[in-house]
Amino acid sequence: MISLKKKRMLTDKIFKVIFLIFISLGLVVLAALIYDIVSKGIIMLDWEFFTRFDSRFPAKAGIKAGLFGTIYVIGLMIPITFFVGTATAIYLEEYAPKNKLTDLIKLNIANLAGIPSIIYGMLGLGVFVRYLNMGRSVLAGALTLSLLVLPVVIVSAQEALRSVPNSLRNASYALGANHWHTVYKVVLPSALPSILTGFILAISRAIGETAPLIMMGALTFVMFTPQGIMDSFTVIPIQIFNWTSLPKAEFELVAASGSLLLLILLFILNGLATFIRYRYSRK
Amino acid sequence: MSDLKNKNKKSWTSLFFDPKIRYMNSKNNKNGLVNYILILTTLVSLITTIGIIVILLTDSFHFFKEIQIFDFLTGTNWNPLIEPNKSYGVLPLVAGTMMITVGSAVIAIPVGLGSAIYLTEYSSSRFSKIIKPIMEILAGVPTVVYGYFALTFITPNILKPIFPNIQTFNALSASIAVGIMILPMVISLSEDALNAVPESIRQGAYAMGSTRFEVASRVMVPSALSGIISSFILAISRAIGETMIVAIAAGMRPQLTSSFLKPIQTMTGFIVQISMGDTPVGSLSYYTIFAVGLLLFLMTLSLNIISHLILKKYREVYQ
Repeated sequence: MISLKKKRMLTDKIFKVIFLIFISLGLVVLAALIYDIVSKGIIMLDWEFFTRFDSRFPAKAGIKAGLFGTIYVIGLMIPITFFVGTATAIYLEEYAPKNKLTDLIKLNIANLAGIPSIIYGMLGLGVFVRYLNMGRSVLAGALTLSLLVLPVVIVSAQEALRSVPNSLRNASYALGANHWHTVYKVVLPSALPSILTGFILAISRAIGETAPLIMMGALTFVMFTPQGIMDSFTVIPIQIFNWTSLPKAEFELVAASGSLLLLILLFILNGLATFIRYRYSRK
Repeated sequence: MSDLKNKNKKSWTSLFFDPKIRYMNSKNNKNGLVNYILILTTLVSLITTIGIIVILLTDSFHFFKEIQIFDFLTGTNWNPLIEPNKSYGVLPLVAGTMMITVGSAVIAIPVGLGSAIYLTEYSSSRFSKIIKPIMEILAGVPTVVYGYFALTFITPNILKPIFPNIQTFNALSASIAVGIMILPMVISLSEDALNAVPESIRQGAYAMGSTRFEVASRVMVPSALSGIISSFILAISRAIGETMIVAIAAGMRPQLTSSFLKPIQTMTGFIVQISMGDTPVGSLSYYTIFAVGLLLFLMTLSLNIISHLILKKYREVYQ
């Protein structure tokens, strides 16, 4: 016969182990995924892989077209998203009055964040590619991805602005600064590290996005690099998707090399975001 | 007198700006321009929503001109591509989406909630600090990489030894991968909900002599229930819209089946299949993707609204 106290303590211990197993599950899967991708991906990953275009033969397939496409699309997307996202967050946090319109805008942004990415691809196809006649270009792809990550960027920038203490704003007003000067010279610099952290994580998400660009009509088999923003393109994840769907077994290794490249980019960007967060959170 | 008139006249700027704050400095006209730029950028998000609704409605209108909505929603045979007996019953795709959603939720919900409880009640703060960036990486792994992992690792190395008759493309491996993909979201949102419960309530429960498990299960989780449930719904909505994992690992066969070991097709998987193929723009097959997209949009939108309402209506207000 166990006493009630011992039974309760035992339940507590058992659940501690169960919860610990649960949280380790995520870590184990991540370790398995990294091991799988690295062990397969390293085989075909050499300098040639970056300098060759795609091929019907696995041994000759390279990622050059996707790499340049990703650089073009993401490079064009970064300034658009940063400007629109930060400006919207500034308006919502520092300017917007408390009325129904503001509530509607905030609710709308929360809903946009929950819309599947492939629907944004349909939006890009309908508005940018067809209606605005941009064709299946780098510009149309960058704009589509911008709309996709904007809700995330806005919400994280809003949180960053909200965490700036009001005493800073009041001190600036007391010195005679007007509203915009206070926002621009005091609030924004002090929120910038957190804004950047959220922004970099959003960019890292955008690099891996595949579905909206496929939907929008980005190409899969490309033998050239884009020369301008109106050229057609492919991106790294679309090339990986294409390789996984090919019957030749060796393409599995090529797809792993592409995935490894994506994971390395992910690690660099997440590391940068984590670094900025810890570097500036001490203040 | 003129002051009184100005006060009564409501200008459009009061819709966008708080009249109590003096934004403009009369010496510096530049600030007026800044105000307009800020409004314009904010309107981008509203225009995005309007654009999505307009595109989905106009393009699926072409589809519903020829196919009855009732037949679309209740038909059990989905064969929009191959002549001669084309059929546009969307239920097999919806069933495929439901299988992936339920399968992934069965994994992500208990594991996610358990992990969140571990982080808030059991673990040291140092452990939590290490876990957070790792979860961010897990959340950031591109879905195409998860799809590849499901197809080339989960199915052959983990599922094949357990279920020898599993097929190369199957619903189970895709469900597992989607479950892993939405796990970080469940953990971080549930953790936020648990952390929002005031410390005094937790300390009160410990002062009564409760164990950590009792504090978690009888005080913290019930107090944070609305936030936790809304995180589950958001994760389910994410699973419904997940595209690349199912396009790579679940197969391309729209069928009504209850077996997770067979290939299926989801709504998102079908949309990818059509946009990768050479379906001519303007044909009925082409417009099917917008009808399916509209249905997908309505499903995720209603889940997001439900999640929002739960959060708003059942939130415990602490002071």
